[in-house]
Order: sequence, then C-alpha cells, then structure tokens
Amino acid sequence: MKRSRLVTAVAAALLLTTTACGSGFDDDQGATAQQSAGPADLQILIAASGDAESKAVTDATAKWASASGNKATVTPAQDIAQQLGQALAGSTPPDVFYVDAARFADYASVGALEPYADKISNIDDFYPNLRQAFTYDGKVYCAPKDTSTLALEINTDLWKKAGLTDADIPTTWDQLTAAAQKIKAKGIVPLAIGDTRDRIGAFLVQNGGWWTSADGKQPTADTPQNEAALTYVQGLLKGGLAQYPKQLDTGWGGEAFGKGKAAMVIEGNWIKGAMKADFPAVKYTVHELPAGPTGTKGTLSFTQCWGIAAKSKFKDQAIKFVEAMTSADQQLEFATAFGVMPSRQSASAQYTAKFPEDAPFVAGVAYGHGPVNAPKMDSVLADLDTGLQGLATATPKGVLQRFDKNAKTALGG
Amino acid sequence: MADIRRGGIRDNERVAGWLFVSPVVLVLGLFMLVPILMALWVSLTDWNGQGSPFQSGVPFAGLDNYTRLFTQDGLDRENFMISIRNNAYYVFAVVPLQTALALTLALVVNNRMLRGKSFFRTAFYFPSVTSSVAISVVFLFMFANSGAINAILGLFGINGPQWFADPRGVLHLALDTVGLLDTNAPPAALTGHSLLGLTWWDWTSGPSVAMCAIISLVVWTTSGTFMLMFLAALQNIPSQLDEAGLIDGATRWQRFRFITLPQLRPTLFLVLTLGLIGTWQVFDQIYVMSQGNPAKTTLTPAYLSYRTAFRDLDYGSGAAISFVLFLIIVVLTLLQRRALRERP
Repeated sequence: MKRSRLVTAVAAALLLTTTACGSGFDDDQGATAQQSAGPADLQILIAASGDAESKAVTDATAKWASASGNKATVTPAQDIAQQLGQALAGSTPPDVFYVDAARFADYASVGALEPYADKISNIDDFYPNLRQAFTYDGKVYCAPKDTSTLALEINTDLWKKAGLTDADIPTTWDQLTAAAQKIKAKGIVPLAIGDTRDRIGAFLVQNGGWWTSADGKQPTADTPQNEAALTYVQGLLKGGLAQYPKQLDTGWGGEAFGKGKAAMVIEGNWIKGAMKADFPAVKYTVHELPAGPTGTKGTLSFTQCWGIAAKSKFKDQAIKFVEAMTSADQQLEFATAFGVMPSRQSASAQYTAKFPEDAPFVAGVAYGHGPVNAPKMDSVLADLDTGLQGLATATPKGVLQRFDKNAKTALGG
Repeated sequence: MADIRRGGIRDNERVAGWLFVSPVVLVLGLFMLVPILMALWVSLTDWNGQGSPFQSGVPFAGLDNYTRLFTQDGLDRENFMISIRNNAYYVFAVVPLQTALALTLALVVNNRMLRGKSFFRTAFYFPSVTSSVAISVVFLFMFANSGAINAILGLFGINGPQWFADPRGVLHLALDTVGLLDTNAPPAALTGHSLLGLTWWDWTSGPSVAMCAIISLVVWTTSGTFMLMFLAALQNIPSQLDEAGLIDGATRWQRFRFITLPQLRPTLFLVLTLGLIGTWQVFDQIYVMSQGNPAKTTLTPAYLSYRTAFRDLDYGSGAAISFVLFLIIVVLTLLQRRALRERP
C-alpha cells in the first residue's frame, strides 16, 4: 500500500512539473513591460575574437555597472548564432549582444532587434558605410562596435629575396601580377588569399561592382565588371600567382603568411595580433589593396554592432550601456586591447596617431564595402563560397549567374 | 483480505502496472514525444524563431517546407539532394566496412589461441570510448596535407591528395584512372540529364576524397562497439557445435560460414540496423571536421538541418529536413528487416 502511494505521489509531482513547463508557451505578444527605473540586470552576450576581447569587454562593463549602479553580466559565446537563436526562440534573449553585419539583416527582418540608433548621441559620427551595414528598410538599427578592413601584407624578407624593392609595391592589378610573377620565378608562392567572398569580394569592389544592389533587394552579380574581377582572380589562381590557404596546408591566409609559405597575403587588421602571438619573428609591411583598372580603390570592411533585443526589459539602460561602450575614448581603449579600429570618425585621428603602422587599414575604412546586407542569404552566400572555392576551374560567369539565380529566390524577387 | 475483487483477478494489476511504468512514460513523453510533435508542428510553419511557435500569428505553411525539398527547383532542393547523395555514399561505405571490421576483430579476440586477449579487447574498444570530437581533431592532423597519412603514402612514392580540400568524387576518379571517362570533360549523357535537381554526373560522383577521410575515421571509431556485440554473441555459441563440425570434417571456412555465421544472424541484424541508423545521422564529425566543405561534398542531412535552422533561421525547413531523414531511416530499417528475415 505504501509503495503505491509513493508512486502516486511521484506521478502527481511529475504531472505538476509538466503543467509548470506548459505555462512557458503563453507568450504575451504585446510590447515587453519596461523597467526603466531602478537598477537593471543586463545580460550581455559577446562573440569575442579571443581572451583579450572578453577581458576588455568584461572590465569595461564592470566599470560601467559600478558607475551607473546597475548589474551587468558578460557571457562570451561559443557559437553566438546558435545561442542567440535558441534564446530568441525561448523569448529570453540577452539584453545586449554582438550582431555581425553579415547576419544583421536576418535578425532585423524578424524583429529581434530594437532600432535604437537614433537615441545614441552623435550617430552621424559613425562611418557612413558602417551605418549602412546596419540599416534595414531605411532605418539604422544599432551602433557599430568597431571595424576591420582588408589590406595587403608583404613579407619583407621574401620580398627582398625575390629582388623586389619598395618601388615594386603594387598599387594596381597589373603591378600585382607583375610583382607576383617575379616572386613566383624565385620559387615562392606569391599571394595567399582566402577562398571566400570575404576576401575575393574585394576585387569586385575594386572593379566597381558588388554582389547585390545598394539596398540589398536585387542581386547584381552577373555584370561585366564582376566577371572581369573574377576572371582576374582566376588568372592569378591558374597561373600559380595566388593560392588558397588550404592548398598551402594552412587554416587561413595569416597562417600561410606567418609560416612564410606566401610572400603576400590579403587579410584584415586582426592579422597583427596573430602575427605578434604566433610568428613574432616575421617582419612584414602593410599596404592598401591595389586598385582596379579604373583606379577605383576597394576593400571589404567587417563590423559588428551592439544589438539590443526588442524583447529586453531594460532598453533604456541597455542604450546607456551601448552609449558608454561606443564612446570615442572607450573605443580607443578597446582598440589598444584587442586590435580593432574605432567605428567613430572622431576617434580615427587619435587611433592613427597611436598606431601609425595601421594607416592602410584606417584608409580602407573610408572606402570599404560591408558584407551583403539582406536577410535569408546565408545559404546562398555559402553556395557562392563553394563556387569561389572551385574558381580556378569554373567559369566566372557561371559562378555569378548561379549566385544571381539563388539570391533572386532568397530575396523573393 | 476478505474483499471480493470485481472484474477478475488481474484487474488491480493493470492499474499497478500503469503506475509502475508511469515514470518512464512521463519522462519519455515529456522529453521525446512532446518535443517531436512540437518539431512536427514547426516543420509545417514558417516560424522565424521569435518567441513561441505556438502563438497566434505564426504563419502556417502547410507542406511547403517539404515540397520545397522535392519539387521546387532551387538551392534548397539542390542542397538537400546533395546531402542525401553524400550520406548515401557514406552509408554504403561505412556500414559494410565497419560490420566486416567489427566481425573480424571479434573473431580475432575470440580466438582461443590468442595471448593477451584482454589487451587486444581494450585496444580495439578504445576508439569507441574516446570523445568523437577529440578523435576528429586528431584525424584532422593526420589527414593534413603534410600529415602522417600523406607522409606514409610518400614513403611508397604516392603523392597524397589534399584530403580536406579535395571535392572530387572517388568514383569519378577511379573511372578517370581506368580511362572510361574524363573528369574534365564529363559525358554529356550524364551532365545533360538530371534527377531532382542534380545531374546524373553529380549523382554518380561517389564519396569525395574529403568524405573518404571521414569514412575511415568513423569505421575506425565505431567498429570497437560492434566488436563487443559480436564478441558477446560468439561467446554464446556452444563450442560443441564447432567440434561437431570438426568431426564431420568441415574446413575452417565451412565451419565459419555454415555454423558460426547463422548463429550470429540476430547480432548481425542488430549491428547492421544500429550502423544504418547511426550513419544516416552523422553530425559531430561533419560539424568538427568539415562543415560540409569542400564544395558541399560532406554536407549531410543532419548537418544541413542544423545549418538551415540555426544559421539561416529557417526553422520550418530545418525541421522538415529532419523529418524526411527520419522517414528515410524508418523505411530503410524496415527494408533491411525484411531482407534479413529468418526464412522458414
């Protein structure tokens, strides 16, 4: 008798838990109740580039929290896309989180983000192309955290070994080809370039093209400019003047460059930290990417913004937090800590003064092109990367047409 | 003690029985059945991942997420069909190989003449108890362009491929080597016609070189577990049967083929079924080692489902892919059950 009573009790308890779980599904559709008075408890999810970034952000957050009398917890994400996806689905998103420009439109289009940018002081101070990267349907959503751009890094020793001097540093595509041929003649791989749109796309910009229209609503890949750009890259690959990192048995361009497997590489300013940490003995110089045939300078810029969840309970405090994190002084502090560039134009002069060797990266911020800014494009872009991986043997026009066809479906055009 | 039971002597036992199984029923129901039904609902919607999928206002898509995988010409169908092709080749390679290897290992360990039996048993089982992520990382190093595998191949004068950067299908490569086809100029009969969005040329590629590296990894890690199952079954076979065969003058092969193997039929079915299910669900090796690259040749339905849901925020399609995968597994298991049925 006693045992069956126990079983009943267990069963009842289990049933109770089920009903308790069930209540979680009743979502209120209306605006989330705001708590603007009193101390907030901010949850901040970041996708840190490394320990240095986690520490810098955690320290800055702690400083802000104690100064403003709020509580704030920084969580470094393992896989931010997945963690954020789960949190949004569960209606319990972190209040503030990093949003990569490449994924921004996905989040903005489903209403996950609070368009708060107009409440940030002096929003026009942020570089226009960075603001553009976080614009959806004509509205700027969030404040860019910082930025990085691509440039051309040259290994000083290998450059000399190939008999080249400072006068040979390429500023045009023709010069790049010429220098690469001289390097190749010495049995050195001239250029390592990542096999994705995030590196090869720079050549499109240099030739005045881009994958999509400016508003991100139309695919515009299949144009003569883009075809010429891809044909040029294909020529480099076919001629052995450029190789993908995987062919050089490395994970990314910086590794190939650091190991001395290539004399030049096209990478962003994150390469500084990697070289310092892993290959401190390698001497190199940084230059702006060579311009296209018409003299157009072009590079790619990468950025993340401080997204605030539309469902956050502490939007006012979150905006104040972002304000503090994107102030010029704080951005310079972050720049020193983990090697990114400020997203505010007013901080740029100070940054260049402090890191004069970064001038080519800083110059790129002005003319850099952000990632494709349109929702539902991730699988299309992944498919494009697959096409670019096989660029050496594919037809450039085919790659571009395929992108247009897929993008058209994804964009609903 | 004197109360008269109505409805027969077993009446009370039924209630007690249900009470005893209720914890399991509740736990399974709560953590398996309910989530599966929830996922089924998600696969019928265009839920965007904001808030609960059960609130009003979530657009109902009907079977769109499913039909898109089969009937609409586009990237969704192409990716899905590529993943099915990759996984099918993967299953064809892994299941027979791991079963044969597991059986061989079990026979070796079961050999009465073998010394240091427990050492070999442990050694063979070891890969199965190691974390698949850790092993995957080790294999990444081994199959690196200048890694151990290519170094060994180099000793024999073979220039090893760039394993994880090589999307060429081995079937194409083999036919090219024999001289039947030219991979640079594939026959128009194959490239000109397509089935479900993939040309016949694509369907017949075979697993890519990169996939072969993953296949060898999986065969190596899982054969240990299946060896244990075969070993348990082998030890259950009475040695008299073998001796009887010996007296009748059966050769070693005849004794294995006509005495041991028929006794192993239930275990063989178990191993094949578990292998089939496990290989269709391959995920962690792909996630760690290749993420579907190079050129989508290691994309599998399980990984595609994950990527569609959590990268593209297209939860409906992602859930639909996993249900199609579920159906594939069920159908194949039933077919296999029929094929391996005991014939009277």
